[in-house]
Amino acid sequence: MNNLKSPFYLTLVLLMLMTDIFAAAGKSLEKANNDPQDIESLQSGARNFMNYCSGCHSAEYVRYDVIVSDLGLTDEEVKQYLMFNTQQTFDTINASMPQTDAAGWFGQAPPDLSLMARAKGTDYIYSFLKNFYIDPSSPTGVDNLILAGTSMPNVLWELQGHQFIVEEDGVSHLELGVVGKMSEKEFDIFLRDTANFLEYLSEPIRNARRALGIKVLMFLAFFLMLSYLLKKEIWKDVK
Amino acid sequence: MANNDKKQMESSSKLLNWIDERFPYTETMRYHITEYYASKNFNIWYVFGVLAMVVLVIQLFTGIFLTMNYKPSAVDAFSSVEYIMRDVEWGWLIRYMHSTGASFFFIVVYLHMFRAMLYGSYKKPRELIWIIGMLILIVLMAEAFSGYLLPWGQMSYWGAQVIISIFGAIPLVGEALVEIIRGDYSISDVTLNRFFALHVIALPLALVALIFVHIVALHEVGSNNPDGIEIKEYKDQHGIPIDGVAFHPYHTSKDLVAIIIFLMIFSVVVFFAPDMGGYFLEYSNFEKANPMATPEHIVPSWYFTPFYALLRAVPDKLGGAILMVLAVILPLFLPWLDRAKVKSIRYRGWIYKMALSLFVLSFISLGVLGVLPAEGIYVLLARISALFYFAFFILMPYYTKIDKTKPVPDRVT
Repeated sequence: MNNLKSPFYLTLVLLMLMTDIFAAAGKSLEKANNDPQDIESLQSGARNFMNYCSGCHSAEYVRYDVIVSDLGLTDEEVKQYLMFNTQQTFDTINASMPQTDAAGWFGQAPPDLSLMARAKGTDYIYSFLKNFYIDPSSPTGVDNLILAGTSMPNVLWELQGHQFIVEEDGVSHLELGVVGKMSEKEFDIFLRDTANFLEYLSEPIRNARRALGIKVLMFLAFFLMLSYLLKKEIWKDVK
Repeated sequence: MANNDKKQMESSSKLLNWIDERFPYTETMRYHITEYYASKNFNIWYVFGVLAMVVLVIQLFTGIFLTMNYKPSAVDAFSSVEYIMRDVEWGWLIRYMHSTGASFFFIVVYLHMFRAMLYGSYKKPRELIWIIGMLILIVLMAEAFSGYLLPWGQMSYWGAQVIISIFGAIPLVGEALVEIIRGDYSISDVTLNRFFALHVIALPLALVALIFVHIVALHEVGSNNPDGIEIKEYKDQHGIPIDGVAFHPYHTSKDLVAIIIFLMIFSVVVFFAPDMGGYFLEYSNFEKANPMATPEHIVPSWYFTPFYALLRAVPDKLGGAILMVLAVILPLFLPWLDRAKVKSIRYRGWIYKMALSLFVLSFISLGVLGVLPAEGIYVLLARISALFYFAFFILMPYYTKIDKTKPVPDRVT
């Protein structure tokens, strides 16, 4: 088998080289560092989402009652603090703004957010929401570093303040020009919780599936032991 | 009590007799299970056949339950998958098992095929088993491809768009053929419906039939083994191969251990990493198909990427398509390309060992290159890999003939 080894190592090095080149080519996003198991963070995220996102964005595959049980809330709490445009907890999360109007106003209807975190990742959402800057030439008054030419206005300006783009030695970065209600740190936490909630929305079963997985693996491990003993018993006569 | 047991046994053998007079039940069980003798020295490479059967069963069962809730229409397909994921009881588990099963099908089948190449299982008298197996692979590819369109995500749509358009490269009939496959001028609701029909009826039927024939052919000639020796040549006074043990209970008990280990690995993916970093479930497939927006990178599922890399290695569309088809067809001829006198790699010379490892390397590197964009150095690397891939088959009659083989023992080791 010795002559098998050297080509294998060669490919390994080659593969590592390739993935490295590939990784460097991507846009650099800031890490959201969210934890979908942190229930408190998810609760804050739910509050942020319902107050700042759900006016325009739907999450049409998610029902309110799923949130009730997963986030450790009561029906009453959800109805009072999270449900603004419907009465029944089995309803799906719909945007308050009519989608046809939205398409007319913004050029396109705001995308549904049920699966946004799975499609784009929480780092993308976190970075996108953080990188709006004042651009007087844009119809919404702002543009975005992550998604240039976005039709989304900076709905969080009140919290974040206004950022301006500054160019230094050919490298552009954003600087806070007008201070918002939140400090930079508070705003980062706000975004992290929101991104976290969006990750939860994209797969509400996530935590339950992992918990079940551990039980399944323990069962299989036990079963593996039995089957191994059975195999040993049956094969003991075979020379 | 003893009396009762006796009575019960009598009645059960009566029932068996009644059945056996009408259907060869006992005979079949003996021939295929309790008295089917396979070599006692099977190693880990010999579990992937039975694991492929396990995956087949997983796919069939989860597929039936998915079909109960899935809606094959361009308007409803995407949301019906999310309905399965969120509202159907255990729907998420059924769906993840099915999507993970698709990838694992190819993992175990590729390893199963590699086993055949390691130990010369395709050589005489098992040529037909190999050919049927290759047909199974081709049907499996069609099954995976048609199934991939069904969730109606961005990658489903655009992946199908790209792959189907390959047929357009065929001179004269190409464009007409593409329209026949799609049933429309672009991928649409019509395409989705016919792919659904193929995926849930036509192809699984063909797959199950071919697998049945694959096993019948195997049991006719008997299984190969890591030594590449015919165990039927040494039998005891009862006509039983000395180096063989009965499929049941010996190989079944061994397979059970392998099946459970497999299920543990399978569960780790299903419960802890169902997307597998975007390779088992592509991230862009969580966006609904949008004919107006082409994704930046269109990549087929990972198990097709070696062939996809070949397609892109040639600047000419028709040339790439021919190369891709050749790559799938060429292994069919392995039984006749291989001129070595021995079957197993254990008794082959260094040339074949070298050739096989270079082949595996070329296949893996083509797979990696199929994921990466076709530009710059990647195209060159894909061409070099393609060269090695095809050289393995085309030069095989020469290098297997001149390769120095070792003497093969009479009995298994």
